[in-house]
Amino acid sequence: MKKIISKLGIILLLVAGLGTLLFFVKVFKIASELENADEFSVSMVTDGGGINDQSFQQSAWEGLQRFSKSTGTHVSYIECAQISDAFSNLDKLSDVNTNLIYAVGFKMADALKLAAKANPEINFCIADFSYGDETPENITGITFRAEESSFLVGYIAACTTKTNCVGFIGGIRGMVIDQFEYGYRAGVAYGAKKLNKDIMVKVQYAESFTDSAKGKAIATNMYGTGSEKDCDIVFHAAGGAGMGVIESAKETGNFAIGADMDQSYLAPKNVLTSSIKNVGMALEIISQKALDGENIGGKTYSFGIQEGCVGIPENNPNISQDVLEKVRKIQEKISSGEIVPPGTKENYDEFVNKTINNLNI
Amino acid sequence: MTKSIANFLKKPFICTCIAVFFGCLVACLILLITGYSPAMSLAVMFNAIFSRPKFIVNIILKSTPIILTGISVAFAFKSGLFNIGSEGQYIFSTVISTIVGIVFDFHPIIQIPLVVFSGVFAGALLGGIVGFLKAKFGIHEVITSIMFNWIALYFCNFIANSQMFHKPESDGTYSINPSGFTLLMYDWKFSDDGVRFFKQNPFWGDIILKTDFNVNFLVAVFASILMWVFVYRTRKGYELRVTGLNPIAAENAGINVNKNIIYTMIIAGALSGLAGSLSITGTSSHNVHVLSTFENNGFNGLSVALIAGSSPIGCIFAGLMFSAFIYAGQTLQFKTGAPSEIVNIMIGVIVFFVALVKIIPIIVNRFLEKRGNA
Repeated sequence: MKKIISKLGIILLLVAGLGTLLFFVKVFKIASELENADEFSVSMVTDGGGINDQSFQQSAWEGLQRFSKSTGTHVSYIECAQISDAFSNLDKLSDVNTNLIYAVGFKMADALKLAAKANPEINFCIADFSYGDETPENITGITFRAEESSFLVGYIAACTTKTNCVGFIGGIRGMVIDQFEYGYRAGVAYGAKKLNKDIMVKVQYAESFTDSAKGKAIATNMYGTGSEKDCDIVFHAAGGAGMGVIESAKETGNFAIGADMDQSYLAPKNVLTSSIKNVGMALEIISQKALDGENIGGKTYSFGIQEGCVGIPENNPNISQDVLEKVRKIQEKISSGEIVPPGTKENYDEFVNKTINNLNI
Repeated sequence: MTKSIANFLKKPFICTCIAVFFGCLVACLILLITGYSPAMSLAVMFNAIFSRPKFIVNIILKSTPIILTGISVAFAFKSGLFNIGSEGQYIFSTVISTIVGIVFDFHPIIQIPLVVFSGVFAGALLGGIVGFLKAKFGIHEVITSIMFNWIALYFCNFIANSQMFHKPESDGTYSINPSGFTLLMYDWKFSDDGVRFFKQNPFWGDIILKTDFNVNFLVAVFASILMWVFVYRTRKGYELRVTGLNPIAAENAGINVNKNIIYTMIIAGALSGLAGSLSITGTSSHNVHVLSTFENNGFNGLSVALIAGSSPIGCIFAGLMFSAFIYAGQTLQFKTGAPSEIVNIMIGVIVFFVALVKIIPIIVNRFLEKRGNA
């Protein structure tokens, strides 16, 4: 009996061994045949945030997926576990016959410049960054006129506030967040002038894009007790730290304004609206241009309301109808270039001096 | 016959290979359950490691910091200390190296040692404080070094955001001055001449142009040999080992245990510091960024040291293997579309099996015993 069992055991072992052997033969066969199909393909590298970050990266990847669906293009992505992986990841994508490689996020600007030099035959593209006049021939910059959507939400805030005081909480100061801040300030100032009111804007920075506890603390302080000179609407442009702002709005029963995506699902009754920055749509537009054979290298594209890449959500149940009506008119004015919202401090000062002071009520 | 086979199976290298094999099998099972083709995935990983010279070079380059932190942890193990603080020592060292590299700008002959040794000193300082607290007041090194990890992380964020070092339109500091770079042929390879040359010689372009080609790996190998000699061939090393095996016996034999604890932690910290400063001088961007979580250079060193069985020489191979899995994992992700969580589970399973490697000799012995009885 024992002998039969041991013999059976040996046979089983042999079969298992043969099976694994065959399996590995198959593996090596696939490995040797892994040639890259010669077709148009697009890929992206994330900048440390994962692909499911509920914000920038997710929007970008969803855009590429939509592009893949409509054109049948092969799309793929790599996540950078560390930002120091950016160079090797960008370079790795260039191995596989990718026609267009996106670096999503300004953090990769330096690494991308090197990768583009090492791979002159491939088109690279960076979201949220511009090399200005020094854009290399095989890099395309994408910037967003986030000041336009911020202007709209600023105007909405001015029309909705009851305490005549609104707030802004930023992440870390920089070109990108300046667009949000000054666009918003200008929107509030414009709305205040139209309504013939004085509305104060409190501005504070969380010094972080991740620290939601700090965002919450600042927001709670801004909302205060609901008396005079306390804000009742706070706009955040602080990424993950902004989650705390929305939480605080929910707890104190005030309004918050979301950023990047429609964030009303976080607190349907307390998110007034959101200043949307649709990275995915911009990536779709650029990919389409590249697919059509257009030369996109060496340029920087700016996307705004006109291209449909920034704006406010379609459904805003917390905003009254007549305010929405006015917003629609302003949106058209921005789209046609009649109003040019400021994205920097200098432009803001100029905007206040020229446009707002000369405004006919 | 059976005996020689058994002895062959008991060799550490063979054991590790067997463990990797079984790890891959279980990983395949996980892939199968989650709906990705295991054969395809393994093929992709195999290709991602071996199919191009660039990949091999990248793996070697990326293994350098975890080999060094691995040696740091392994060395502390030898004298009975658990250096979980190598993460913090690494970060602190990168920050100090970056500051020194930005502030000073000497000739490379002075600048490179200055930047590297400032980082080594920074790591040694953190390690030394931990060792001192343990030796003088008996405060456990695990709790102090975990706290130092967080202190180092937030110190890094503070410096990265500080007025003096923060580079506008980025989330990090300025890069260190190029005189501190240990990249080979850095100026030349990105010049028009260099790019043209490498276009004609794609093999060298693959190795040098498309990677952060540097000699840090040789430093890591040298460090591991040095540590091996120190631990096994010197009196001090012997004392440290005795302290690790039995501190009371060591005390009775006239070895100053407290002093040895401080020495050990200083050296362990210096090794982690070396890992940090070499990554600043040798890998591109050459600066520190705002960290939202740990980047795991030190924590991966823990795994490396455990896989290597605390042998400094073993750390080289364990580090290479670990780095290969991480690198291939990223490729796997974009080739098959498997989410990074699945890839991480796969790598985790393989490493888990490698960590179980000590079971194999026990199984072999059991088998032999049964044979002997029958």
